[in-house]
Amino acid sequence: MVEAHGLVKRFGEFVAVDHVDFTIHKGESFGFLGPNGAGKTSTMRMISCISPLSGGTLRVLGLDPATNGPRIRARMGLVPQEDSLDTELTVLDNLMIYGRYFDLPRKVIRERAEQLMEFAQLRERAHSRVDPLSGGMKRRLTIARALISDPDLLILDEPTTGLDPQARHLLWDRLYRLKQDGVTLVITTHYMDEAEQLCDRLVVMDKGRFAAEGTPRQLIEAFSTKEVVELRFAPGQHEELAPSLADLAERQEVLPDRILLYTDDGDAALAEVARMGHVARSTLVRRSTLEDVFLRLTGRTLVD
Amino acid sequence: MATVVEGAAAPGRTPLFRHGEALPARRLATPMWLRAAAYWGYQYKRTWRSSIVTSFLIPVLYLAAMGIALGSLIDKHSHGVDGVTYVAYLAPGLLAGTCMQIGTNDATYPVMGGFKWMRTYHAQLAAPLSVYDVLLGHLAWIAARLSIVVTIYLAVMAAFGVVYSPWAVLALPAAVLTGIAFAAPVSAFAATQDKDSAFSTLYRFAIIPMFLFSGTFFPISQLPSWLQLLAYVTPLYHGVALCRDLTLGLVGWADLGHAAYLCGLAAIGYAAGRRTFSRRLVV
Repeated sequence: MVEAHGLVKRFGEFVAVDHVDFTIHKGESFGFLGPNGAGKTSTMRMISCISPLSGGTLRVLGLDPATNGPRIRARMGLVPQEDSLDTELTVLDNLMIYGRYFDLPRKVIRERAEQLMEFAQLRERAHSRVDPLSGGMKRRLTIARALISDPDLLILDEPTTGLDPQARHLLWDRLYRLKQDGVTLVITTHYMDEAEQLCDRLVVMDKGRFAAEGTPRQLIEAFSTKEVVELRFAPGQHEELAPSLADLAERQEVLPDRILLYTDDGDAALAEVARMGHVARSTLVRRSTLEDVFLRLTGRTLVD
Repeated sequence: MATVVEGAAAPGRTPLFRHGEALPARRLATPMWLRAAAYWGYQYKRTWRSSIVTSFLIPVLYLAAMGIALGSLIDKHSHGVDGVTYVAYLAPGLLAGTCMQIGTNDATYPVMGGFKWMRTYHAQLAAPLSVYDVLLGHLAWIAARLSIVVTIYLAVMAAFGVVYSPWAVLALPAAVLTGIAFAAPVSAFAATQDKDSAFSTLYRFAIIPMFLFSGTFFPISQLPSWLQLLAYVTPLYHGVALCRDLTLGLVGWADLGHAAYLCGLAAIGYAAGRRTFSRRLVV
Protein backbone atom coordinates (compact mmCIF):
# COMPACT_ATOMS: atom_id res chain seq x y z
CA MET A 1 0.00 0.00 0.00
CA VAL A 2 2.76 2.41 0.96
CA GLU A 3 6.40 2.07 0.08
CA ALA A 4 9.06 4.61 1.04
CA HIS A 5 12.77 4.63 0.34
CA GLY A 6 15.16 7.21 1.69
CA LEU A 7 12.28 9.54 2.48
CA VAL A 8 13.39 13.06 3.45
CA LYS A 9 11.47 16.16 4.51
CA ARG A 10 13.28 19.43 5.05
CA PHE A 11 11.95 22.78 6.18
CA GLY A 12 14.77 25.14 5.29
CA GLU A 13 17.76 23.94 7.28
CA PHE A 14 15.70 21.76 9.58
CA VAL A 15 15.46 18.08 8.66
CA ALA A 16 12.12 16.79 9.92
CA VAL A 17 12.34 13.36 8.31
CA ASP A 18 15.80 12.02 7.67
CA HIS A 19 16.11 9.17 5.17
CA VAL A 20 13.59 6.63 6.38
CA ASP A 21 12.49 3.43 4.65
CA PHE A 22 9.30 1.56 5.31
CA THR A 23 6.70 -0.62 3.66
CA ILE A 24 3.10 -0.84 4.75
CA HIS A 25 1.16 -3.88 3.51
CA LYS A 26 -2.49 -4.20 2.61
CA GLY A 27 -4.78 -4.86 5.56
CA GLU A 28 -2.07 -4.06 8.04
CA SER A 29 -2.22 -1.57 10.83
CA PHE A 30 1.02 0.35 11.02
CA GLY A 31 1.99 2.76 13.75
CA PHE A 32 4.37 5.66 13.99
CA LEU A 33 5.36 6.31 17.58
CA GLY A 34 7.53 9.11 18.77
CA PRO A 35 7.73 12.18 20.94
CA ASN A 36 6.49 15.54 19.66
CA GLY A 37 8.65 16.83 16.84
CA ALA A 38 9.96 13.39 15.91
CA GLY A 39 8.74 13.72 12.31
CA LYS A 40 5.57 11.64 12.54
CA THR A 41 3.20 14.24 11.20
CA SER A 42 5.58 15.24 8.41
CA THR A 43 5.71 11.61 7.35
CA MET A 44 1.91 11.37 7.48
CA ARG A 45 1.54 14.49 5.39
CA MET A 46 3.83 13.08 2.74
CA ILE A 47 1.90 9.80 2.67
CA SER A 48 -1.35 11.72 2.29
CA CYS A 49 0.13 13.56 -0.70
CA ILE A 50 -0.34 16.95 0.92
CA SER A 51 3.30 17.67 1.52
CA PRO A 52 5.86 17.20 -1.27
CA LEU A 53 8.97 15.10 -0.58
CA SER A 54 12.33 16.78 -0.15
CA GLY A 55 14.08 13.56 -1.17
CA GLY A 56 13.71 9.82 -1.65
CA THR A 57 10.90 7.93 -3.31
CA LEU A 58 7.37 7.22 -2.19
CA ARG A 59 4.59 5.10 -3.69
CA VAL A 60 1.12 5.18 -2.21
CA LEU A 61 -1.49 2.68 -3.46
CA GLY A 62 0.99 1.94 -6.23
CA LEU A 63 1.00 5.55 -7.45
CA ASP A 64 3.39 8.48 -7.25
CA PRO A 65 2.04 11.18 -4.89
CA ALA A 66 3.74 13.96 -6.84
CA THR A 67 1.65 13.31 -9.95
CA ASN A 68 -1.37 11.39 -8.65
CA GLY A 69 -2.25 13.17 -5.41
CA PRO A 70 -5.97 13.53 -6.08
CA ARG A 71 -6.31 9.96 -7.37
CA ILE A 72 -4.61 8.61 -4.27
CA ARG A 73 -6.62 10.78 -1.92
CA ALA A 74 -9.83 9.61 -3.54
CA ARG A 75 -9.13 6.21 -1.94
CA MET A 76 -7.80 7.56 1.30
CA GLY A 77 -9.36 8.79 4.53
CA LEU A 78 -7.42 11.38 6.43
CA VAL A 79 -7.81 12.32 10.08
CA PRO A 80 -5.48 15.28 10.53
CA GLN A 81 -4.05 16.22 13.87
CA GLU A 82 -5.81 19.58 13.80
CA ASP A 83 -9.54 19.39 13.17
CA SER A 84 -10.71 21.11 10.00
CA LEU A 85 -14.45 20.97 10.55
CA ASP A 86 -16.75 23.78 9.54
CA THR A 87 -17.86 24.93 12.96
CA GLU A 88 -20.75 27.00 11.60
CA LEU A 89 -22.34 24.10 9.75
CA THR A 90 -24.26 21.26 11.37
CA VAL A 91 -22.82 17.84 12.07
CA LEU A 92 -24.83 16.35 9.21
CA ASP A 93 -23.81 19.08 6.75
CA ASN A 94 -20.16 18.53 7.58
CA LEU A 95 -20.55 14.89 6.57
CA MET A 96 -22.66 15.72 3.51
CA ILE A 97 -20.23 18.27 2.11
CA TYR A 98 -17.28 15.96 2.67
CA GLY A 99 -19.07 13.22 0.75
CA ARG A 100 -19.59 15.72 -2.06
CA TYR A 101 -15.84 16.29 -2.28
CA PHE A 102 -15.59 12.62 -3.18
CA ASP A 103 -18.46 12.99 -5.64
CA LEU A 104 -20.52 10.27 -3.99
CA PRO A 105 -24.19 10.11 -4.94
CA ARG A 106 -26.28 12.14 -2.50
CA LYS A 107 -28.33 9.13 -1.46
CA VAL A 108 -25.22 7.17 -0.56
CA ILE A 109 -23.79 10.08 1.43
CA ARG A 110 -27.05 10.42 3.29
CA GLU A 111 -27.15 6.72 4.25
CA ARG A 112 -23.54 6.63 5.25
CA ALA A 113 -23.84 9.87 7.21
CA GLU A 114 -26.65 8.32 9.26
CA GLN A 115 -24.54 5.25 10.01
CA LEU A 116 -21.46 7.27 10.74
CA MET A 117 -23.30 9.56 13.14
CA GLU A 118 -24.44 6.41 14.93
CA PHE A 119 -20.87 5.17 14.89
CA ALA A 120 -19.57 8.42 16.34
CA GLN A 121 -22.52 8.67 18.74
CA LEU A 122 -23.53 12.01 17.32
CA ARG A 123 -26.97 11.16 16.02
CA GLU A 124 -28.72 13.36 18.59
CA ARG A 125 -26.54 16.24 17.49
CA ALA A 126 -27.11 15.75 13.76
CA HIS A 127 -28.69 19.17 13.33
CA SER A 128 -26.70 21.15 15.82
CA ARG A 129 -23.81 23.32 14.81
CA VAL A 130 -20.32 21.95 15.36
CA ASP A 131 -19.09 24.98 17.28
CA PRO A 132 -20.59 24.15 20.70
CA LEU A 133 -19.67 20.44 20.60
CA SER A 134 -17.05 19.13 23.00
CA GLY A 135 -13.51 18.42 21.83
CA GLY A 136 -14.17 14.69 21.91
CA MET A 137 -17.31 15.03 19.79
CA LYS A 138 -15.45 17.09 17.21
CA ARG A 139 -12.72 14.49 17.09
CA ARG A 140 -15.27 11.73 16.57
CA LEU A 141 -16.88 13.74 13.80
CA THR A 142 -13.52 14.25 12.10
CA ILE A 143 -12.98 10.50 12.17
CA ALA A 144 -16.49 9.77 10.94
CA ARG A 145 -15.96 12.25 8.13
CA ALA A 146 -12.78 10.51 7.02
CA LEU A 147 -14.74 7.27 6.69
CA ILE A 148 -17.49 8.63 4.45
CA SER A 149 -15.63 7.74 1.27
CA ASP A 150 -15.09 4.15 2.49
CA PRO A 151 -11.31 4.49 2.10
CA ASP A 152 -8.90 1.64 1.41
CA LEU A 153 -6.25 3.44 3.41
CA LEU A 154 -7.08 5.31 6.58
CA ILE A 155 -4.54 7.72 7.99
CA LEU A 156 -5.01 8.78 11.59
CA ASP A 157 -2.74 11.42 13.05
CA GLU A 158 -3.13 11.15 16.82
CA PRO A 159 -6.75 10.03 16.54
CA THR A 160 -7.62 9.77 20.21
CA THR A 161 -5.82 12.77 21.66
CA GLY A 162 -8.43 14.57 23.75
CA LEU A 163 -10.90 11.68 23.86
CA ASP A 164 -12.17 10.21 27.10
CA PRO A 165 -11.52 6.50 27.85
CA GLN A 166 -14.98 5.40 26.72
CA ALA A 167 -14.62 7.08 23.38
CA ARG A 168 -11.11 5.73 22.90
CA HIS A 169 -12.19 2.14 23.48
CA LEU A 170 -15.16 2.61 21.21
CA LEU A 171 -12.89 3.95 18.51
CA TRP A 172 -10.37 1.15 18.91
CA ASP A 173 -13.17 -1.35 18.53
CA ARG A 174 -14.32 0.35 15.31
CA LEU A 175 -10.84 0.60 13.91
CA TYR A 176 -10.25 -3.04 14.67
CA ARG A 177 -13.36 -3.91 12.73
CA LEU A 178 -12.33 -1.77 9.77
CA LYS A 179 -9.03 -3.58 9.75
CA GLN A 180 -10.84 -6.91 9.64
CA ASP A 181 -12.74 -5.63 6.61
CA GLY A 182 -9.42 -5.11 4.87
CA VAL A 183 -8.83 -1.40 5.45
CA THR A 184 -5.19 -0.51 5.90
CA LEU A 185 -4.56 1.73 8.89
CA VAL A 186 -1.68 4.11 9.44
CA ILE A 187 -1.65 5.62 12.90
CA THR A 188 0.53 8.05 14.78
CA THR A 189 0.20 8.18 18.50
CA HIS A 190 2.06 8.81 21.67
CA TYR A 191 -0.25 6.59 23.66
CA MET A 192 1.53 3.31 24.13
CA ASP A 193 -1.59 1.38 25.08
CA GLU A 194 -3.13 2.53 21.82
CA ALA A 195 -0.14 1.32 19.83
CA GLU A 196 -0.19 -2.03 21.64
CA GLN A 197 -3.91 -2.42 21.01
CA LEU A 198 -4.01 -1.40 17.41
CA CYS A 199 -0.71 -1.79 15.63
CA ASP A 200 0.46 -4.96 13.95
CA ARG A 201 3.75 -3.30 13.31
CA LEU A 202 5.23 -0.04 14.38
CA VAL A 203 8.26 2.17 14.20
CA VAL A 204 9.58 4.37 16.95
CA MET A 205 10.65 7.70 15.50
CA ASP A 206 13.08 10.08 17.10
CA LYS A 207 14.63 13.19 15.55
CA GLY A 208 13.47 12.28 12.07
CA ARG A 209 14.84 8.75 12.08
CA PHE A 210 13.56 5.31 13.02
CA ALA A 211 14.97 4.25 16.36
CA ALA A 212 13.35 0.81 16.12
CA GLU A 213 10.92 -1.18 14.03
CA GLY A 214 8.88 -4.34 14.61
CA THR A 215 5.77 -5.81 16.20
CA PRO A 216 4.98 -4.59 19.72
CA ARG A 217 6.15 -7.95 21.07
CA GLN A 218 9.41 -7.89 19.10
CA LEU A 219 10.18 -4.39 20.30
CA ILE A 220 9.63 -5.32 23.93
CA GLU A 221 11.84 -8.37 23.53
CA ALA A 222 14.55 -6.43 21.77
CA PHE A 223 14.63 -3.31 23.89
CA SER A 224 13.35 -4.32 27.30
CA THR A 225 13.25 -7.29 29.62
CA LYS A 226 10.26 -9.52 30.30
CA GLU A 227 9.48 -7.83 33.58
CA VAL A 228 10.09 -4.62 35.45
CA VAL A 229 10.39 -4.20 39.20
CA GLU A 230 9.40 -0.78 40.52
CA LEU A 231 10.72 0.09 43.94
CA ARG A 232 9.86 3.14 45.99
CA PHE A 233 12.01 3.97 48.96
CA ALA A 234 11.92 6.85 51.40
CA PRO A 235 12.76 10.16 49.73
CA GLY A 236 16.49 10.70 49.29
CA GLN A 237 17.38 7.03 49.59
CA HIS A 238 17.29 6.33 45.87
CA GLU A 239 20.75 7.62 44.94
CA GLU A 240 22.28 5.91 47.92
CA LEU A 241 20.74 2.49 47.30
CA ALA A 242 21.02 2.42 43.55
CA PRO A 243 24.62 1.11 43.25
CA SER A 244 23.90 -1.88 45.46
CA LEU A 245 20.85 -2.84 43.41
CA ALA A 246 22.46 -2.46 40.01
CA ASP A 247 23.66 -6.05 39.84
CA LEU A 248 20.18 -7.46 40.36
CA ALA A 249 18.97 -6.42 36.95
CA GLU A 250 20.04 -6.28 33.34
CA ARG A 251 19.44 -2.55 33.45
CA GLN A 252 18.55 -0.12 36.15
CA GLU A 253 16.94 3.27 35.98
CA VAL A 254 16.96 5.69 38.89
CA LEU A 255 14.14 8.22 38.86
CA PRO A 256 13.35 10.85 41.46
CA ASP A 257 10.40 8.88 42.80
CA ARG A 258 11.38 5.28 42.14
CA ILE A 259 14.00 2.82 40.96
CA LEU A 260 13.24 0.56 38.00
CA LEU A 261 14.95 -2.80 37.66
CA TYR A 262 14.66 -4.42 34.22
CA THR A 263 14.91 -8.18 34.59
CA ASP A 264 13.43 -11.36 33.18
CA ASP A 265 12.41 -12.59 36.62
CA GLY A 266 10.89 -9.84 38.69
CA ASP A 267 9.93 -11.94 41.70
CA ALA A 268 13.45 -13.28 42.06
CA ALA A 269 14.90 -9.79 41.91
CA LEU A 270 12.39 -8.57 44.48
CA ALA A 271 13.26 -11.48 46.82
CA GLU A 272 16.92 -10.56 46.44
CA VAL A 273 16.20 -6.94 47.40
CA ALA A 274 14.43 -8.18 50.55
CA ARG A 275 17.29 -10.53 51.35
CA MET A 276 19.72 -7.60 51.21
CA GLY A 277 17.65 -5.99 53.94
CA HIS A 278 16.33 -3.00 52.00
CA VAL A 279 12.79 -2.08 52.94
CA ALA A 280 10.89 -0.44 50.15
CA ARG A 281 7.79 1.63 50.81
CA SER A 282 6.08 0.00 47.91
CA THR A 283 7.01 -2.53 45.27
CA LEU A 284 5.50 -3.58 42.00
CA VAL A 285 6.43 -6.35 39.60
CA ARG A 286 4.92 -5.91 36.16
CA ARG A 287 5.34 -6.97 32.54
CA SER A 288 7.39 -4.76 30.29
CA THR A 289 5.29 -2.54 28.06
CA LEU A 290 5.88 -0.53 24.96
CA GLU A 291 6.17 2.49 27.18
CA ASP A 292 9.40 1.10 28.62
CA VAL A 293 10.70 0.59 25.09
CA PHE A 294 9.60 4.04 24.06
CA LEU A 295 11.22 5.80 26.99
CA ARG A 296 14.39 3.82 26.58
CA LEU A 297 14.64 4.72 22.91
CA THR A 298 13.59 8.35 23.04
CA GLY A 299 14.72 9.32 26.52
CA ARG A 300 12.86 10.79 29.44
CA THR A 301 13.63 14.42 28.83
CA LEU A 302 10.88 16.57 27.39
CA VAL A 303 11.43 17.45 23.79
CA ASP A 304 9.71 20.79 23.62
CA MET B 1 -13.27 -2.13 29.17
CA ALA B 2 -15.01 -5.28 27.96
CA THR B 3 -18.43 -3.83 28.73
CA VAL B 4 -17.72 -0.70 26.73
CA VAL B 5 -16.76 -2.68 23.66
CA GLU B 6 -19.83 -4.86 23.99
CA GLY B 7 -21.99 -1.80 24.43
CA ALA B 8 -20.66 -0.41 21.18
CA ALA B 9 -21.71 -3.52 19.29
CA ALA B 10 -25.00 -3.95 21.11
CA PRO B 11 -27.97 -5.13 19.04
CA GLY B 12 -30.39 -2.50 17.78
CA ARG B 13 -27.61 -0.26 16.50
CA THR B 14 -27.23 0.53 12.83
CA PRO B 15 -24.21 -1.40 11.57
CA LEU B 16 -21.60 0.61 9.76
CA PHE B 17 -21.47 -0.03 6.04
CA ARG B 18 -19.05 -2.76 5.02
CA HIS B 19 -15.79 -1.79 3.43
CA GLY B 20 -15.78 -2.17 -0.34
CA GLU B 21 -19.55 -1.85 -0.73
CA ALA B 22 -20.42 -1.31 -4.38
CA LEU B 23 -21.75 2.09 -5.41
CA PRO B 24 -24.24 2.82 -8.17
CA ALA B 25 -22.30 3.74 -11.31
CA ARG B 26 -22.09 7.45 -12.11
CA ARG B 27 -22.14 8.67 -15.64
CA LEU B 28 -20.08 11.80 -15.28
CA ALA B 29 -17.69 12.87 -12.58
CA THR B 30 -18.35 16.31 -11.13
CA PRO B 31 -15.41 18.62 -11.85
CA MET B 32 -13.22 19.04 -8.78
CA TRP B 33 -13.60 22.84 -8.64
CA LEU B 34 -17.37 22.47 -8.65
CA ARG B 35 -17.13 20.20 -5.62
CA ALA B 36 -15.17 22.92 -3.84
CA ALA B 37 -17.74 25.53 -4.88
CA ALA B 38 -20.50 23.28 -3.48
CA TYR B 39 -19.00 23.73 -0.03
CA TRP B 40 -19.57 27.49 -0.15
CA GLY B 41 -23.09 26.76 -1.27
CA TYR B 42 -23.63 24.80 1.95
CA GLN B 43 -22.32 27.76 3.88
CA TYR B 44 -24.70 30.05 2.01
CA LYS B 45 -27.65 27.91 3.09
CA ARG B 46 -27.23 29.46 6.52
CA THR B 47 -27.14 33.06 5.38
CA TRP B 48 -28.99 33.28 2.09
CA ARG B 49 -32.12 34.87 3.49
CA SER B 50 -30.38 37.83 5.06
CA SER B 51 -28.05 38.03 2.08
CA ILE B 52 -30.92 38.26 -0.39
CA VAL B 53 -32.75 40.85 1.69
CA THR B 54 -29.59 42.93 1.96
CA SER B 55 -28.86 42.75 -1.74
CA PHE B 56 -32.43 43.88 -2.44
CA LEU B 57 -32.64 46.59 0.20
CA ILE B 58 -29.31 48.29 -0.41
CA PRO B 59 -29.99 49.26 -4.03
CA VAL B 60 -33.56 50.29 -3.22
CA LEU B 61 -32.38 52.57 -0.43
CA TYR B 62 -29.51 54.02 -2.43
CA LEU B 63 -31.57 54.60 -5.54
CA ALA B 64 -34.40 56.16 -3.54
CA ALA B 65 -32.22 58.44 -1.44
CA MET B 66 -29.45 59.41 -3.82
CA GLY B 67 -30.99 58.69 -7.16
CA ILE B 68 -34.45 60.16 -6.65
CA ALA B 69 -34.10 62.65 -3.80
CA LEU B 70 -30.64 64.01 -4.49
CA GLY B 71 -31.14 63.32 -8.19
CA SER B 72 -34.17 65.59 -8.50
CA LEU B 73 -32.02 68.44 -7.19
CA ILE B 74 -29.26 67.67 -9.65
CA ASP B 75 -31.65 67.21 -12.55
CA LYS B 76 -33.34 70.54 -11.77
CA HIS B 77 -30.09 72.49 -11.75
CA SER B 78 -28.10 70.84 -14.48
CA HIS B 79 -30.55 68.77 -16.53
CA GLY B 80 -29.17 65.38 -15.45
CA VAL B 81 -25.70 64.02 -16.02
CA ASP B 82 -24.30 63.23 -19.47
CA GLY B 83 -27.78 63.65 -20.91
CA VAL B 84 -29.65 61.21 -18.63
CA THR B 85 -31.37 61.63 -15.28
CA TYR B 86 -29.10 61.31 -12.25
CA VAL B 87 -30.79 58.14 -11.04
CA ALA B 88 -30.19 56.45 -14.41
CA TYR B 89 -26.60 57.64 -14.32
CA LEU B 90 -26.01 56.53 -10.75
CA ALA B 91 -27.66 53.08 -10.79
CA PRO B 92 -25.11 51.25 -12.99
CA GLY B 93 -22.27 52.93 -11.11
CA LEU B 94 -23.62 51.64 -7.82
CA LEU B 95 -24.07 48.22 -9.38
CA ALA B 96 -20.39 48.01 -10.30
CA GLY B 97 -19.36 49.49 -6.95
CA THR B 98 -21.44 46.94 -5.06
CA CYS B 99 -19.85 44.12 -7.03
CA MET B 100 -16.42 45.46 -6.16
CA GLN B 101 -17.30 45.41 -2.49
CA ILE B 102 -18.80 41.93 -2.53
CA GLY B 103 -15.88 40.58 -4.55
CA THR B 104 -13.39 42.10 -2.13
CA ASN B 105 -15.30 41.07 0.98
CA ASP B 106 -15.69 37.47 -0.09
CA ALA B 107 -12.00 37.25 -0.98
CA THR B 108 -10.64 38.59 2.30
CA TYR B 109 -12.06 37.16 5.53
CA PRO B 110 -13.49 33.92 4.06
CA VAL B 111 -10.15 33.22 2.36
CA MET B 112 -8.24 33.78 5.57
CA GLY B 113 -10.77 31.56 7.35
CA GLY B 114 -10.10 28.86 4.76
CA PHE B 115 -6.46 28.85 5.78
CA LYS B 116 -6.62 29.64 9.46
CA TRP B 117 -9.95 29.68 11.22
CA MET B 118 -12.21 27.15 9.59
CA ARG B 119 -9.35 25.46 7.75
CA THR B 120 -11.74 24.69 4.91
CA TYR B 121 -8.96 24.59 2.35
CA HIS B 122 -7.09 22.03 4.41
CA ALA B 123 -10.20 19.88 4.62
CA GLN B 124 -10.66 20.12 0.86
CA LEU B 125 -7.05 19.16 0.26
CA ALA B 126 -7.48 16.05 2.39
CA ALA B 127 -10.19 15.05 -0.08
CA PRO B 128 -9.21 14.51 -3.74
CA LEU B 129 -9.12 18.24 -4.55
CA SER B 130 -5.94 20.04 -5.60
CA VAL B 131 -4.83 23.53 -4.62
CA TYR B 132 -6.03 24.92 -7.95
CA ASP B 133 -9.46 23.34 -7.50
CA VAL B 134 -9.71 24.92 -4.07
CA LEU B 135 -8.98 28.38 -5.46
CA LEU B 136 -11.05 28.07 -8.61
CA GLY B 137 -13.96 26.63 -6.63
CA HIS B 138 -13.95 29.57 -4.27
CA LEU B 139 -13.82 32.11 -7.11
CA ALA B 140 -16.58 30.23 -8.94
CA TRP B 141 -18.72 30.49 -5.85
CA ILE B 142 -18.07 34.22 -5.56
CA ALA B 143 -19.15 34.56 -9.19
CA ALA B 144 -22.32 32.59 -8.45
CA ARG B 145 -23.15 34.76 -5.47
CA LEU B 146 -22.46 37.91 -7.47
CA SER B 147 -24.84 36.67 -10.16
CA ILE B 148 -27.65 36.37 -7.64
CA VAL B 149 -27.05 39.85 -6.28
CA VAL B 150 -26.68 41.43 -9.73
CA THR B 151 -29.88 39.81 -10.98
CA ILE B 152 -31.84 41.28 -8.10
CA TYR B 153 -30.13 44.63 -8.57
CA LEU B 154 -30.98 44.77 -12.26
CA ALA B 155 -34.58 43.88 -11.47
CA VAL B 156 -34.74 46.77 -9.00
CA MET B 157 -33.23 49.07 -11.63
CA ALA B 158 -35.85 47.97 -14.12
CA ALA B 159 -38.54 48.73 -11.54
CA PHE B 160 -37.09 52.22 -11.13
CA GLY B 161 -37.31 52.59 -14.91
CA VAL B 162 -33.60 53.24 -15.39
CA VAL B 163 -32.83 50.34 -17.72
CA TYR B 164 -32.79 52.01 -21.14
CA SER B 165 -31.66 49.28 -23.46
CA PRO B 166 -31.76 45.52 -24.11
CA TRP B 167 -27.97 45.65 -23.85
CA ALA B 168 -28.63 45.70 -20.11
CA VAL B 169 -28.84 41.90 -20.23
CA LEU B 170 -25.08 41.96 -20.70
CA ALA B 171 -24.71 44.10 -17.60
CA LEU B 172 -25.16 40.87 -15.64
CA PRO B 173 -21.90 39.26 -16.84
CA ALA B 174 -20.22 42.67 -16.89
CA ALA B 175 -21.01 43.35 -13.25
CA VAL B 176 -20.02 39.82 -12.20
CA LEU B 177 -16.76 40.28 -14.10
CA THR B 178 -16.16 43.51 -12.20
CA GLY B 179 -16.56 41.65 -8.91
CA ILE B 180 -14.21 38.85 -9.99
CA ALA B 181 -11.63 41.35 -11.22
CA PHE B 182 -11.38 42.30 -7.54
CA ALA B 183 -11.96 38.90 -5.93
CA ALA B 184 -9.18 37.15 -7.86
CA PRO B 185 -6.27 39.48 -7.01
CA VAL B 186 -7.58 40.14 -3.49
CA SER B 187 -7.76 36.42 -2.68
CA ALA B 188 -4.21 36.03 -4.01
CA PHE B 189 -3.20 38.80 -1.63
CA ALA B 190 -5.20 37.36 1.29
CA ALA B 191 -3.29 34.09 0.94
CA THR B 192 -0.06 35.91 1.75
CA GLN B 193 -1.43 37.41 4.96
CA ASP B 194 -1.18 35.89 8.39
CA LYS B 195 -3.36 38.47 10.15
CA ASP B 196 -6.49 40.21 8.98
CA SER B 197 -5.23 43.71 9.79
CA ALA B 198 -4.15 44.35 6.20
CA PHE B 199 -7.75 43.99 5.06
CA SER B 200 -8.95 47.14 6.79
CA THR B 201 -6.01 49.01 5.26
CA LEU B 202 -7.03 47.68 1.87
CA TYR B 203 -10.52 48.99 2.46
CA ARG B 204 -9.47 52.37 3.76
CA PHE B 205 -6.89 53.20 1.13
CA ALA B 206 -8.08 51.35 -1.96
CA ILE B 207 -11.68 50.19 -1.95
CA ILE B 208 -13.44 53.20 -0.42
CA PRO B 209 -11.52 55.85 -2.39
CA MET B 210 -12.18 53.87 -5.56
CA PHE B 211 -15.85 53.63 -4.72
CA LEU B 212 -16.04 57.42 -4.38
CA PHE B 213 -13.79 58.61 -7.19
CA SER B 214 -14.07 56.15 -10.07
CA GLY B 215 -17.04 57.66 -11.81
CA THR B 216 -19.59 55.95 -9.61
CA PHE B 217 -21.33 59.10 -8.38
CA PHE B 218 -20.12 61.72 -10.86
CA PRO B 219 -18.18 61.80 -14.12
CA ILE B 220 -14.42 61.74 -13.57
CA SER B 221 -14.19 64.80 -15.80
CA GLN B 222 -15.14 66.69 -12.60
CA LEU B 223 -11.81 65.69 -11.08
CA PRO B 224 -8.53 67.59 -11.46
CA SER B 225 -6.63 66.16 -14.40
CA TRP B 226 -4.02 64.23 -12.38
CA LEU B 227 -6.80 62.52 -10.41
CA GLN B 228 -8.62 61.79 -13.64
CA LEU B 229 -5.60 59.89 -14.81
CA LEU B 230 -5.49 57.95 -11.55
CA ALA B 231 -9.21 57.18 -11.75
CA TYR B 232 -8.76 56.01 -15.30
CA VAL B 233 -6.38 53.20 -14.32
CA THR B 234 -8.55 51.86 -11.50
CA PRO B 235 -10.46 48.69 -12.30
CA LEU B 236 -13.65 50.11 -10.87
CA TYR B 237 -13.67 52.93 -13.43
CA HIS B 238 -13.77 50.33 -16.21
CA GLY B 239 -16.43 48.27 -14.43
CA VAL B 240 -18.60 51.36 -13.94
CA ALA B 241 -18.14 52.57 -17.52
CA LEU B 242 -18.99 49.15 -18.93
CA CYS B 243 -22.10 48.65 -16.81
CA ARG B 244 -23.27 52.19 -17.51
CA ASP B 245 -22.86 51.90 -21.27
CA LEU B 246 -24.84 48.66 -21.22
CA THR B 247 -27.81 49.82 -19.13
CA LEU B 248 -28.01 53.15 -20.94
CA GLY B 249 -27.53 51.53 -24.36
CA LEU B 250 -24.48 53.65 -25.23
CA VAL B 251 -22.37 50.70 -26.31
CA GLY B 252 -19.19 51.43 -28.24
CA TRP B 253 -15.79 49.98 -29.02
CA ALA B 254 -14.41 51.38 -25.78
CA ASP B 255 -16.51 48.82 -23.92
CA LEU B 256 -14.48 46.01 -25.42
CA GLY B 257 -11.46 47.72 -23.92
CA HIS B 258 -13.12 47.96 -20.51
CA ALA B 259 -14.08 44.27 -20.64
CA ALA B 260 -10.58 43.29 -21.73
CA TYR B 261 -9.05 45.28 -18.87
CA LEU B 262 -11.30 43.51 -16.33
CA CYS B 263 -10.69 40.06 -17.85
CA GLY B 264 -6.96 40.71 -17.78
CA LEU B 265 -7.05 41.70 -14.13
CA ALA B 266 -9.09 38.63 -13.21
CA ALA B 267 -6.66 36.40 -15.11
CA ILE B 268 -3.59 37.95 -13.52
CA GLY B 269 -5.24 37.69 -10.11
CA TYR B 270 -6.05 34.02 -10.67
CA ALA B 271 -2.50 33.26 -11.81
CA ALA B 272 -1.12 35.04 -8.74
CA GLY B 273 -3.60 33.16 -6.55
CA ARG B 274 -2.38 29.84 -7.88
CA ARG B 275 1.09 30.79 -6.71
CA THR B 276 0.18 32.23 -3.32
CA PHE B 277 -2.29 29.44 -2.49
CA SER B 278 0.31 26.81 -3.41
CA ARG B 279 2.94 28.52 -1.32
CA ARG B 280 0.58 28.60 1.63
CA LEU B 281 -0.91 25.12 1.36
CA VAL B 282 1.82 22.91 -0.11
CA VAL B 283 4.52 22.74 2.54
